[in-house]
Amino acid sequence: MANTTQPPNAPAVWAKTQFDGSAMRVALGGRWTLADAAILETAVQTLDTKGAALLHIDLSAVDAIDTCGAWILHRQLRRWQDRGAQIELVGTSDAQAALLERMGVADEERVPLLRKSGSAFAELAIRAGIAATEVAGEAKALIAFVGAATVCALRAIRRPGRVRLVSTVHHIESIGIDAVPILGLLAFLIGVVLAFQGADQLRAYGAEVFTINLLGVSILREIGVLITAIMVAGRTGSAFAAEIGTMKVNQEVDAMRTIGLDPMETLVLPRLLALAITLPLLVFFANTMALVGGAVMVILGLDLSLEQFLEQLSNAVQLNTLAVGLIKAPVFAVLIGVVSCYEGLKVSGSAESVGRHTTQSVVKSIFLVIVFDAAFSIFFSRIGL
Amino acid sequence: MSGQANDSVIRVRGLVTRFGAQTVHDGLDLDVRRGEILAIVGGSGTGKSVLLRTILGLKSPDGGTVELLGANLEALDEEARRPVLKRIGVLFQDGALFSARTVAQNARLPFLEHTKVDHRLVTQLIRVKLSMVGLPQSAGAKLPSELSGGMRKRAGLARAIALDPDILFLDEPTAGLDPIGAANFDSLIRDLQQALALTVVMVTHDVDTLCAIADRVAVLIDSKIIVGTLDEIRAHPHPWIQAYFDGPRGRAARTGLAVSAEPRVSTRVSKGT
Repeated sequence: MANTTQPPNAPAVWAKTQFDGSAMRVALGGRWTLADAAILETAVQTLDTKGAALLHIDLSAVDAIDTCGAWILHRQLRRWQDRGAQIELVGTSDAQAALLERMGVADEERVPLLRKSGSAFAELAIRAGIAATEVAGEAKALIAFVGAATVCALRAIRRPGRVRLVSTVHHIESIGIDAVPILGLLAFLIGVVLAFQGADQLRAYGAEVFTINLLGVSILREIGVLITAIMVAGRTGSAFAAEIGTMKVNQEVDAMRTIGLDPMETLVLPRLLALAITLPLLVFFANTMALVGGAVMVILGLDLSLEQFLEQLSNAVQLNTLAVGLIKAPVFAVLIGVVSCYEGLKVSGSAESVGRHTTQSVVKSIFLVIVFDAAFSIFFSRIGL
Repeated sequence: MSGQANDSVIRVRGLVTRFGAQTVHDGLDLDVRRGEILAIVGGSGTGKSVLLRTILGLKSPDGGTVELLGANLEALDEEARRPVLKRIGVLFQDGALFSARTVAQNARLPFLEHTKVDHRLVTQLIRVKLSMVGLPQSAGAKLPSELSGGMRKRAGLARAIALDPDILFLDEPTAGLDPIGAANFDSLIRDLQQALALTVVMVTHDVDTLCAIADRVAVLIDSKIIVGTLDEIRAHPHPWIQAYFDGPRGRAARTGLAVSAEPRVSTRVSKGT
């Protein structure tokens, strides 16, 4: 019925009134559809019933009516009724009557369709409160998660057979070997930039040769491990959160539990283990590449030989310097692993949730890496390293 | 629109669908008449959902033509498809609601895309649609993830009928619903079809749905399609059809039909075949 053809020049919608002594006859016609919603609304609202007590609404000339037309008519009928008019519908087809009847239910409940929002200030206070309690809850849950992971790891030490070796090796490959090209390039370029900027500043004091000290200490102690951890957090942490999150959405994690597999043991532990093994190796590799980058820059720019570079470097750094950097790597590895697996397991429901928690895992793990790095710095300076 | 001579809103001619070496549809013809409820049934892997996707223009046919409301979507570009798409509504299996938007926002989307109706009126119309599909108004402000499976289907239906489409497509409308929910959903579809003068095309597994609301049934068998009224199809000698209707579920559904016209709660099994 929504498709009755209409001569193109006929008015789309019309409404006529006629007063016959006691009652007002309102004749409606045309196509009462969504396409002419605006015309319909004005046509209906401008109808003047002169306060008649009885209204005959004649729909026999209505060619088509859809939900929109029916709603607009229903809304107007209700207004007239509220004014005390009595309504009599005539010439309605069965389908029209059925449709109009369905409108009645719609306006009984007046629940807001949008989420309720109060004043801007109250909203701000509420949000701040919610955020604060969330942070506290989050911290507690994360600590509980660390505890659960520790228990699981201790159990694995007692029964090493339960460690998923294949899974662990697979993760070592994707965290470590697959990351080598990009990490190598990144570290090399950072070495080049550091050497270039350092030499530029130190030249003013005629101390260009100390560029090598600057390179050695800053790369081995801080930059190598930080760059690697940040890259792994972005590359691997996000992948962990998304993998585990998608498994949560597909109910794979629930399926595991019902089969009797512990997600902590099957999903989290292999990832943590793989990260803890791989990250120190990656850090060592990044250190090397950064030093190579710095060496290239120093040798080309300062006109030193490779022997001179190596001699100066061995004066500048001891095994200690390397150790201070490397010892942080497993700690950062656990941080990244715990945060990203935790975020992955917190995913619920929808695709959007996967995205949100993946982002969260990267942001939080980078944040924690930097906070812990600062703590390490203080600690090492206190103990005189 | 012109050329609705014999009132077919969908006309499929010589449709061929292949996946690799496997031919799913081989020269399939199908007409859907205005105002009917057509149910497409068939065993797993007979290409029910693929047929639906082809009619909707989500998949291009490997041969043959599909006319939807007199237009061949295949031959049209995005812009020319819009007026046709405006006149159809689709309910996907799990509702396919946009997960980042609330139910009301989901239902508002077709209005924003296809009409220039006043904001206030749209809100009122969304209320009407929500109550038409049997959702409480409070569901409007909820996200799809906060709804149950049955409510998601209803919300998906509200979005599908937002613009009062000519044709409503349903993919497994009762799958995953409990027997009572499924029976309610059947009668909801029947009600809406009558009130809004819809043509309904649905893919289903559910014998109960078939017996309760389908005007005609299309059975996909051996890469072809057999169409007829329920009685005609039931009389068809093909072994699969006989097994389908004479299996325990089919028999139960039929007895239910003979006994009363009330929703047959007791006989329903949520997934057929």
